[in-house]
Amino acid sequence: MGVMIEVQNLNKKFGDIKAVDDLSFTVNEGDVYGFLGQNGAGKSTTIRMLLTLIRPDSGTIKVFGKDILEQRNEVLRQTGAVVERPDLYKYLSAYDNLSIFAKMSGVKVTRKLIMDQLDMVGLAHRSNSKAKTFSQGMKQRLGIAVALIHNPRLIILDEPTNGLDPQGIADMRSLIGKLSNEMGKTVIVSSHLLNEIEQVASRMIIINKGRKIAEGVVAEMLDPAHTIVQLGTTDNDKALSLLLINFPDFHASLVEDTIMLEMGKSDIPKLISTLSSTGVEILSVQPRHSLENYFLSLTNAENHVEPAAN
Amino acid sequence: MWSLLQIELYKISKRPRTFIAFIAIAAIVFIFQFAFKADGESYMNLMLQSVNDTFEIDKSKAINGYFMCYIILNTLLIQVPILVALVAGDAISGEANMGTLRLLLTKPVSRTQIILVKFLASFIYTVMLLIWMAITALFISLFIFGADDMIIFRVKGDESQILQITQDDIMWRYLAAFCYATIALTVIAALAMLLSVYAENSIGPIITTVCIVIVCTVISNINVPVIEKNVKPWLFTSYLVGWKGFFYIATNQDGEPIKGSIENWGAIRNSLYILLAHIFILLGITIAVFKRKDILT
Repeated sequence: MGVMIEVQNLNKKFGDIKAVDDLSFTVNEGDVYGFLGQNGAGKSTTIRMLLTLIRPDSGTIKVFGKDILEQRNEVLRQTGAVVERPDLYKYLSAYDNLSIFAKMSGVKVTRKLIMDQLDMVGLAHRSNSKAKTFSQGMKQRLGIAVALIHNPRLIILDEPTNGLDPQGIADMRSLIGKLSNEMGKTVIVSSHLLNEIEQVASRMIIINKGRKIAEGVVAEMLDPAHTIVQLGTTDNDKALSLLLINFPDFHASLVEDTIMLEMGKSDIPKLISTLSSTGVEILSVQPRHSLENYFLSLTNAENHVEPAAN
Repeated sequence: MWSLLQIELYKISKRPRTFIAFIAIAAIVFIFQFAFKADGESYMNLMLQSVNDTFEIDKSKAINGYFMCYIILNTLLIQVPILVALVAGDAISGEANMGTLRLLLTKPVSRTQIILVKFLASFIYTVMLLIWMAITALFISLFIFGADDMIIFRVKGDESQILQITQDDIMWRYLAAFCYATIALTVIAALAMLLSVYAENSIGPIITTVCIVIVCTVISNINVPVIEKNVKPWLFTSYLVGWKGFFYIATNQDGEPIKGSIENWGAIRNSLYILLAHIFILLGITIAVFKRKDILT
């Protein structure tokens, strides 16, 4: 499986607010890649940068090996997206909406193609109805049809279940599964709900305040034995570089004044002895909690719920 | 590009607000035609009050289709910018307001192309509006009032003039006048589109465009030397009514009109240059701003 998206050191500020802070990640071909973070974490900003809706301040984005800013049209020709709400031309019919965006994507439009696509999302019987008469779920399905009409390799769905009823959410999950398993598409799905990502994604990234907290295979990341360890030392920069060399699987990163690591609790003694042998003094080692609890603590941050240490 | 333009025109044609302008123009023209049919002679008496003793004019012949069109254009071409702003001001901001802008910009079409296509669509809309004006104000007036020589009243400096153009010398002037008006109104479209890039709903750019046109028109009419010399020549509003120049026929040494002539073609040509410069500058700024704009809606 090749790398489909490679994001390196991405940064974006709005005024004094850092929306995305030195973010790097990779998405492999065939992944259903979950983008998880609380509201305002920087998910939408990152997704908009992937789609060239927002210009990064610095950093690079390569999709299909092509720089997104330099080869924008080549990348977008193979990308379909629904960004936040699936807003469409309310005064046009479902057929016209789909037809317009198909033409813009460079597709040779035929009535059969449009009707087949509408049929796939269960809207063939409403092809002549204006989009303003559609429910949120129907608009979402039409938005998906627009994203898929040109048979893209990469599909980006930003909060696709927002505003949907339980049946709509179930349909969306099933559609994402179908896109990945049956049609071989690479899908990026963002959500602020862990269980949403857990149910559809194979790999995921968790971001908070624009920074990467963790990235990896969903099943491994949500393994209860997997722990977030917070490490405080007298020289965090030196400690971080040592950890990245000696323990690359721990995904060490500097978050504010502490080093965050993803690791099993059984590895903690090994970690301490390695650092001590190199002269780095350890001030604190806190096995915080599982990744799931850690994410929940982030989303509940406004209530100041302190997660229990394992 | 052609496919994108077709899409844009299709979207414009499906929006009810597009037709407000056509209905408004038809209504105003009809009111003019009705009023002149009912009591046009009173208007002529008023206009000719100062020259009634000098000239003998057959008022029933003076009120003809060509004259009617001139009177209507004189009034309408001041209001039409508002109608043009209705569509051009909505071009980008309307998409932002509906949320379709982000979907549009995730398609493999460059932002420059999007602006150019929307500008072209606004231009075509302006042309359609003027063709509609030509149909209602000129051809229907000719049908109702008939054709004859055209008489124009002109105030030049401190004196009033009456110009007479023979009917076989009129139609090309109208064609030229409508072409000029198209360029003048395209400046309004370009201005409205620039403002549209900054806004997230269409009311703001439409109202701002109208306000700018009003303020600049007022400044264009201030007859203070320092403004006349330094400001007026650069304001597009100083040239919006330049189409009238095509009806100011040149005269020979005996004061007789010279058929097929224009009194001051140089002034019309300079006006066109300035209007075209406005269009290119406004369009260039629009593209530059839109290319760097972060889409946050």
